Amino acid sequence: MSRQEQRVRPAQTTAFAAQLANADIDLTSVAGPAGPETLLELNPADWGRAAAVAATAGLRFAAVWGEHRPPELLVTTLLAGGDGHLLLRTVLPDSAPQLPSQTPSFPAADRPERHLQDMFGVRFVDHPDGRRWIRHRAWSAKWYPLRREAAIAGTPVAQTAPDRSYPFAPIAGSGVYEIPVGPVHAGIIEPGHFRFQAVGEDVLRLEAHLGYVHKGIEKLAEGRDLAGLARLAGRVSGDSSVVHTWAACQAAEHALGIDVPPRALALRAIFAERERIANHLGDIGAICNDVGFAFAQVQMTRLRELWQRTSAAVFGHRLLMDRVVPGGVAVDLVSDQLTPLHQEAQQLHQEVKSLMPVLLEYPSLQDRLRNTGVLSPANAERLGVLGYLGRASNLQDDLRRDAPYPPYDRLHIEVPAYLDGDIEKRVQVRGDEILIALGLIETLLEKLPEGELQAKLPLPNRECAGLGLVEGWRGETLAYLRLNAQGRVLRYFPRDPSWLSWPALEVLTPGNIVPDFPVCNKSVNGSYSGIDL
Amino acid sequence: MLRIFNKILRTGRLTEPLPAGEATVAELGAACQREIAAKFGGSLAIRMVDAGSCNGCELEMHAVNNSFYDIERFGIHFVASPRHADLLLVTGPVSRHMQAALLRTYAATPDPKLVVAMGDCGADGGEFGISYASCGAVANVIPVDAVIRGCPPTPLQLLQGLLQVLQIKTPE
Ligand code: SF4
Repeated sequence: MSRQEQRVRPAQTTAFAAQLANADIDLTSVAGPAGPETLLELNPADWGRAAAVAATAGLRFAAVWGEHRPPELLVTTLLAGGDGHLLLRTVLPDSAPQLPSQTPSFPAADRPERHLQDMFGVRFVDHPDGRRWIRHRAWSAKWYPLRREAAIAGTPVAQTAPDRSYPFAPIAGSGVYEIPVGPVHAGIIEPGHFRFQAVGEDVLRLEAHLGYVHKGIEKLAEGRDLAGLARLAGRVSGDSSVVHTWAACQAAEHALGIDVPPRALALRAIFAERERIANHLGDIGAICNDVGFAFAQVQMTRLRELWQRTSAAVFGHRLLMDRVVPGGVAVDLVSDQLTPLHQEAQQLHQEVKSLMPVLLEYPSLQDRLRNTGVLSPANAERLGVLGYLGRASNLQDDLRRDAPYPPYDRLHIEVPAYLDGDIEKRVQVRGDEILIALGLIETLLEKLPEGELQAKLPLPNRECAGLGLVEGWRGETLAYLRLNAQGRVLRYFPRDPSWLSWPALEVLTPGNIVPDFPVCNKSVNGSYSGIDL
Repeated sequence: MLRIFNKILRTGRLTEPLPAGEATVAELGAACQREIAAKFGGSLAIRMVDAGSCNGCELEMHAVNNSFYDIERFGIHFVASPRHADLLLVTGPVSRHMQAALLRTYAATPDPKLVVAMGDCGADGGEFGISYASCGAVANVIPVDAVIRGCPPTPLQLLQGLLQVLQIKTPE
């Protein structure tokens, strides 16, 4: 089936303040974190209703996070429309904080709110699912790691007990059985627990219990300088190192009010597109391999390896870690590398262009991938999924086009989209995106500006905050940052797009057979580390 | 189908010129193979455990299976169960939430066994250190025979590291 036509989300963030006023919700417009987004402050009592208004207006829920500023707790939600983003904030007392939940209007808020509940001790009064999420058994229910007074060392016991008591949804019905899987899986992948309820071979229900690789990233960021923050951001999810570092640095640059030199911005985009291509190559191969089609795996891993080698040879790191730094980039591109990079891009274009039809038209692959793991456009919209997962289900949100940040504000961005929402279309979108990204790299190389690689970073001399928003290979990636007057981190919150895609896996797996779960999972490819933090 | 054969034929065999000075995949692999023949009856089964990694180390672990390295040809393969493993390859600082699972995986691996901590995180906690959420180095949780540093180690470093372990250690 042919691609969908280009379509931008019709809802507008600029209309939202008036819509809230119509619903009798009081708000104050206050200075938010630096960046292009407006911030509206509401009373805690209106928090849930405001979400209902936003959902009716067709805005997308992007993130919610907390921040402890004794004696207050700030809770901030990020919403998105076709014209960019909007922040909602409310302020709670830090003693016994309570808030209406936004989950009834936005299912995507479910786990982020429970993360906030476990990390800050905010109680969401009408949350449909009050279970703990990120807390297993390593710390007690009354200790909140992200409260200011909580010491990062905590008071751990020598041996943390396994989390046997997580209350999974109970099993019901005759002939229904459960399959527990993980946290340690059979392949080379990250740890997490999946609980299947099945009848015969058919999955009735899937529930994921994650949090196994929680390593305290948000707490670890506190007190770091910006260089240290950038290193940490690059390790939120190793497969998205460039994009998380870029988002964190962009947040810092917004907060400090500095402009990044044009050459550094172009190089950042080259890194980000290289990261997109590397991951898409690897995943297309891995998806096909999960249904036993080794040809694709061999071809794609070959291309990925060559690509990574160039990254190492030209930019100094196979995964491009630590190439983006606050204020700019750490490495330059010497002019005699331009031609080889052009040639490489053209060659890969040829290869992918000829390989994708071979894969997509191969009958036994079609047989396994078509109509498997279907996420309907309606469900995709309801869950607010991002990136290739959304695009295969006709959601086209792409920051590079809808809320462009430099250097993408000067580039034409094509966003592929399809209606079917199955694994085959997820593979196809990734193939399309590789070709589009290669085109972008060529344009960036052709027009590479001369000049500095890094801007000087001033000391803020006062507390300041900023927001970074970057389109990674999985989709919109966010960083929220608050710095003290000395430029040290008070709060860092990275939101990986996987927060939005994990719930989709639980929606698109039921109805498929148990043996198809690995390929369903790979086609979504949520990051565990990226959301466990 | 024809197009697939066509692509396979035209891709041909992957060969690469030998880089000067640096140990090559072929040399490292052959050396590993000799050790594996002598000490492991010809094949080394690895069970990987991500105990808290950022997933960067896993990407490079995947890479050693691509056609350029293809470590299976040296007798090294990744297995699905610790019960089949000779060696545990552990990544990440050990998150407290993975501590019990790592201990159990270790216990489930039959003796004699080797444990290798991969990456700076596995070696000393790396960027994450020790905290309420992290136990730090793998050696803080289970006995470790060797560490392979790097963030992440490249496929060549991984192979080199494995060779060193095989040379100095005999599984006890
Ligand atoms: S060593 Fe580096 S790549 Fe490996 S898990 Fe640690 S941070 Fe990630």
